Amino acid sequence: MKRIFTTKNLAILLSLATIIVYLFNHQKAFSILLLAKGYLLEMLSVLPPILILIGLFQVWVPRQTVEKAMGSSSGLKGIFMAILVGTVAMGPLYAAFPLGVSLLEKGASLFNVAVFLCVWASIKIPMILFEIKFLGLDFAGLRLVLTLPSIIIISFFLTLILEKRRKI
Amino acid sequence: MIIWILVGLVLALSLFKSKEKTAAALRASWKFFRTLALPVLLTIWAIGFLLTFLSPELISKVLGQNSGWRGTILAALFGSVVLIQAFIAFPLAGSLLRQGASVSAIAAFVTTLVMVGVITAPLEVKFFGKKFTLWRNLLSFVFALIIALIMGAWLR
Repeated sequence: MKRIFTTKNLAILLSLATIIVYLFNHQKAFSILLLAKGYLLEMLSVLPPILILIGLFQVWVPRQTVEKAMGSSSGLKGIFMAILVGTVAMGPLYAAFPLGVSLLEKGASLFNVAVFLCVWASIKIPMILFEIKFLGLDFAGLRLVLTLPSIIIISFFLTLILEKRRKI
Repeated sequence: MIIWILVGLVLALSLFKSKEKTAAALRASWKFFRTLALPVLLTIWAIGFLLTFLSPELISKVLGQNSGWRGTILAALFGSVVLIQAFIAFPLAGSLLRQGASVSAIAAFVTTLVMVGVITAPLEVKFFGKKFTLWRNLLSFVFALIIALIMGAWLR
């Protein structure tokens, strides 16, 4: 039960599904691969520099620095740092996962990493400009104003749930 | 492209300061890449699958026709499952809004789109574990609904 969703099984499942689609509808199968190719290219345009940055971060930034800036005793400054790093960073959410993990490994608090992840996902300056353009200033502005406190509360609950479980 | 230049500069600086440390950094990057490559490839493949069968037209049809709570929850579910880039999603959301979709449905769609990721969940589990992934996505979903509700009441 536990090991159903292994990478290998997923690969087999996707291959089979694509072949089945191909048998019924050639065009749809090509569309799947074409869309995947588009995303792959987008991925390749952001992932390598991010991975290099993570490598450099791991080697050059001492644990104490991260601990001090984003550790469990960093308080408001830590939250501010998490928001700042999440906002200015680029790339899709899945690019943030390895960075979040290396922040955790370097001593950042779970709360701050959760804030960082949520901000990375939802608050981006170019994205906000885009939202204003297509959905209007009222819509984008109100959503931003509501999202920020939501992220803090989500991260608070997340930390509460996970830390409690860890202690038990 | 800016990120390539930026990282290139940082890399050059690192190389200038210490060759050994830079080599160690690149080894760490390579290790990350190897653990990441296959899951990312599969995620992208799954996205291709989903977008092939859930065309923007279909999404627009279902979300546009519904309003009220059912529409909002449906929109939130849609936003959670699909993975669309912002520069496709925002124009789509904007056109839906003009076509008469409710503000709360669109707010729910946009918010879950960025905050909740069902497709990327396996990848998130790989890095942060099941509990973190489950609760982060669940809490984000609930708060997306709250945000949608407030926005629906505020902007008419």
